[in-house]
Amino acid sequence: MAPSCAVCAQALSLVHAGGRVALDALELAVRPGERVAIIGPSGAGKTSLLRVFATAQRQSRGRLEVLGANPWTLGAGARRRLRRRLGLIHQAPPLPPRQRVVTAVLAGRLGAWGLARSLASLAYPADIGGARAALERLEMADRLFDRCDRLSGGQAQRVGIARVLYQQPEIILADEPVSALDPALANHTVGVLVEEARARSVTLVASLHAVDLALAHFPRLVGLREGRVLFDLPRPEVGDALLATLYAQEGFLPTQHGGPIALPALKLPQPPRCD
Amino acid sequence: MRLSAPALAARDPAALPRLALAALALLALWPGLRLTEFNPAVLLDPANAVPMGRFLAQFLPPALTPEFLLLVGRATLETLAIATVGTAAAFAIAFPLSLVTTASLSLSSIGPARDWRLYRLLRYPARLLLVLLRGIPELVWALLFVRAVGLGATAGVLALAITYGGMLGKVYAEIYESSATRPARALLEAGAGRLQAVFYGVLPQALPEMVSYTVYRWECAVRASVIMGFVGAGGLGQQLELSMRMLAGAEACTILVVFLLLVLLADALSALLRRWLA
Repeated sequence: MAPSCAVCAQALSLVHAGGRVALDALELAVRPGERVAIIGPSGAGKTSLLRVFATAQRQSRGRLEVLGANPWTLGAGARRRLRRRLGLIHQAPPLPPRQRVVTAVLAGRLGAWGLARSLASLAYPADIGGARAALERLEMADRLFDRCDRLSGGQAQRVGIARVLYQQPEIILADEPVSALDPALANHTVGVLVEEARARSVTLVASLHAVDLALAHFPRLVGLREGRVLFDLPRPEVGDALLATLYAQEGFLPTQHGGPIALPALKLPQPPRCD
Repeated sequence: MRLSAPALAARDPAALPRLALAALALLALWPGLRLTEFNPAVLLDPANAVPMGRFLAQFLPPALTPEFLLLVGRATLETLAIATVGTAAAFAIAFPLSLVTTASLSLSSIGPARDWRLYRLLRYPARLLLVLLRGIPELVWALLFVRAVGLGATAGVLALAITYGGMLGKVYAEIYESSATRPARALLEAGAGRLQAVFYGVLPQALPEMVSYTVYRWECAVRASVIMGFVGAGGLGQQLELSMRMLAGAEACTILVVFLLLVLLADALSALLRRWLA
């Protein structure tokens, strides 16, 4: 395939061990430098999709191409080099409780560092300035030398984001990166991610629970429902009717301001009648 | 049938099985008693009781001459040194082996790490080595090393390093395996190597428990180094053995009191350290 593809999925399916289908023959192509938001009700497969994109989980069927390679036919060494170029922001940041924030952020570049430098950095942080700079953008620089278990949920989430900012990956994959932040901070933080992607011309794929955040920051929106792409459109073409369909089973549109707003008084699209 | 219900209820239905079990236990114990020629009466036999009584009578007052106290002081320091150096050497053996043997990071589900074949190749020999190290008691190792390197503290340190290295290595690996794997997995998913993932994802969680167990082992090492002294591996034990052989009850008493204080001290220190770490 042409290098015009940062992450491409063809007929991608993921079936969990219990037999639950998380992704169902999903088609999606993201070009390098694109910024895409993935929205959809809970259980639609947003997290599964990002984990498969990050090569954290292998798809059950279908083709996946990441940065011009099929990650699961690569050798172990080549796959590890590929993973260095992918940064996954987890919804619940995987930070060891007793680790210090500075170490947790610097861990973002372990893939690029040799073992000697990694071990030396445990004795004395190798790049305090770099870790501080990443945290500063998320207004967390004052917690640089705190322990991770002293942070609130939202603070830990921002440390997880700072780690990926410090990693400087070519594809940023963000799984509900601001779910534990208050609206103003969430807005600022998504702005930081978008700005980072734009400044370094890297790809950003973020799943977001709050639809208004997705609409405010992303030029392209993908609506996911039951493991399939319901729509994949530029922002101006995403109308209320589409959103109503996407969240039909929830009965409301999840946004971040003042909780869920009732769906606009639209008629849900009726099934076509033959008369 | 007129097997009356009251007649049945009058007997404890569990009595017979209990009796049978007790008889069986006694029967199993009997050969042991025969083999060991265990007979408490020998303690009261005048031929034994008189020298024993004479020896015990010498216990009071304990030997407190300055020269002897100096000797005991030096032996105490030696015992502490054997325990500490032995535990440190055990750590040096255990830590690398625990990294190799732990299974929690054989992450086949996200694709093997680059060096996985090497680790899999090393895992079973390393596990076997740990079993061998801790399988033989430190006293036996001490006997061997006294033959090899002569009387003195070196034999004690080597014996502790080997046995405790095996124990620490096994327990460290168990601690890694009981800690959460998500942080380490996340690092591997971002291209980190296996060892890097251990140091940044597993050890921060495992460290307090590891230190606590190592301090507890040090406390055991203090006791063990006294016992190993009896076979010539230095320290208080060697001194105690000399005094006993010369039937110097007063000296033996002093050493026993110092030993008791030392064990109490190690116990308190280890409890303090572990509480501070928790």
